[in-house]
Amino acid sequence: MTINVNPPVAPDVEMQMGPQDYIRRSASSVPEPTRQLEPVAKLIDVSKCIGCKACQSACLEWNDLHEEVGFNTGVYDNPHDLTPDTFTLMRFTEWVNPETENLEWLIRKDGCMHCADPGCLKACPAPGAIVQYSNGVVDFIHENCIGCGYCVKGCPFDIPRISKVDNRAYKCTLCSDRIAVGQGPACAKACPTKAIVFGTKEEMKAHAAERIEDLKSRGYDKAGLYDPEGVGGTHVMYVLHHADKPSIYANLPDNPRISPVVEAWKGVTRYAGFAVMGLAAVAGMLHMAVSGRNRVTVEDDEQARRLAENAPGAEPLDPGKEPLS
Amino acid sequence: MTDSTLRGHNAPAVSKDEIDSGDRLYVGREVVVDRYTRWARLNHWVTAICLILLALSGLALFHPSLFWLTALFGGGQWTRAIHPWIGVVLFFSFTGLFIRFFRLNLPRRDDAQWAAHIGDVLKGDEEKLPEVGKYNAGQKFVFWAMSVLIVILIATGLMIWQRYFAQYLTIPQARVAVLVHSMAAIAIICVWIIHVYAAFWVADTLRAMTRGNVSGGWAWRHHRKWLRALAAYGKRDDETPAAKRPAGKRQV
Repeated sequence: MTINVNPPVAPDVEMQMGPQDYIRRSASSVPEPTRQLEPVAKLIDVSKCIGCKACQSACLEWNDLHEEVGFNTGVYDNPHDLTPDTFTLMRFTEWVNPETENLEWLIRKDGCMHCADPGCLKACPAPGAIVQYSNGVVDFIHENCIGCGYCVKGCPFDIPRISKVDNRAYKCTLCSDRIAVGQGPACAKACPTKAIVFGTKEEMKAHAAERIEDLKSRGYDKAGLYDPEGVGGTHVMYVLHHADKPSIYANLPDNPRISPVVEAWKGVTRYAGFAVMGLAAVAGMLHMAVSGRNRVTVEDDEQARRLAENAPGAEPLDPGKEPLS
Repeated sequence: MTDSTLRGHNAPAVSKDEIDSGDRLYVGREVVVDRYTRWARLNHWVTAICLILLALSGLALFHPSLFWLTALFGGGQWTRAIHPWIGVVLFFSFTGLFIRFFRLNLPRRDDAQWAAHIGDVLKGDEEKLPEVGKYNAGQKFVFWAMSVLIVILIATGLMIWQRYFAQYLTIPQARVAVLVHSMAAIAIICVWIIHVYAAFWVADTLRAMTRGNVSGGWAWRHHRKWLRALAAYGKRDDETPAAKRPAGKRQV
């Protein structure tokens, strides 16, 4: 775990990840990377979270974001939703446990899950606007973003937000700029209870297993790890005390996956579409080749003249305006 | 003049309803038939340019292999920004075309007969077809397909207009809208291919949309009922006679 590691003091830090580590790049392909980075993960243990929002503050600070001052509508969520300037958000849920009749205050730190199979990247039409590194980080490259909002439709977790200021998409980067120099994410660094920890995915799973065991020993039979299969696993995972029903945590999807509608849009519609359009064009060319153009005959012209010559509806044509045909 | 000289042998009865405003029949050394007014042509070409620009910018965002088309519009951000606005222009422009053209594109009984003879149509064997008014069933198909698809495209297009309307839809709704939008776009491109191909395949058709008129032979061959109606009645009832027509066409 790198959470308690202090920043390196060496003057020039070697970048540990970069474009050479891309395994996916939106609307384009990347060469096979020559190395495989160790997969990383952020683990969020909701049972340890006290809702202090230090992670939110650290995120704003590190990423130099300036959220507008909002309004209090009587809930703790502040701001009320993720925004282009809020990459992570504590979501508070008051839930009555039907078994114990106890009120449970569920607090979930929402933000990008860094899916192994990212729906945003699949939906993105702009080459290189969304990239995935071999360590699992999914990042937006803003200079390539066109602001279409397709990533919003692709994401199973409702994470990306499009800025009205610069028309570009924003979300949690997993602090890729910190990871690149051997640091953990700012939120993990700031968390006073170590509810947020960061390390290799293997370490995080092992750590989660310990936490789950502890929770089970304290009566949370259904405690478990949220690392959903439907998106190939995620590089942000939760320890949930009620892992059998993720949706009680402010609508965390029970079985997230890339929507079949998005799959159809980005898959069969493309191939069928090009096939149909190509077919229409080819059919035209073949028809032209086989039958030649449909031309007016001398006979047609004479018939028209015969009909028109003495017709009551015909008007004389000014010879000065008559086209030569 | 007897009825048979007017209509030709075995000619079906014709009605004034076949004529659009601005349609005229002129006889000089050649027979010339006015088919589209200047405003109808302008309206058509504005719509056509919009449709082509929309297809190019839309395809650029539809498949990565065509993303380079965004260069025509000043890059990805510009393409994303301008595409919906062109769509709005097209919608209003097409509404104009719809109002102009819809009456004579209403389906008629003999359209089914025409469609049943599609083989003869493709062979160019038009003598085997029922006589056609201003539009044949194929043209009517293009007209109604365009109309329906444009309504679908503008509706779903507004739904996925990220800048102004994204907040009014849930994400699952927006996903459906974007899928429907892309499928309707493919369909309209196919209809457009049919439209352009037909206009090219049937020789001398393009002249109707450039100069506004066609030859008598063209009208006889492809739209005989329309030509007969013009021969019999000259113009629609609600039009003012010679006084309002362009000076060049008036003769004393």
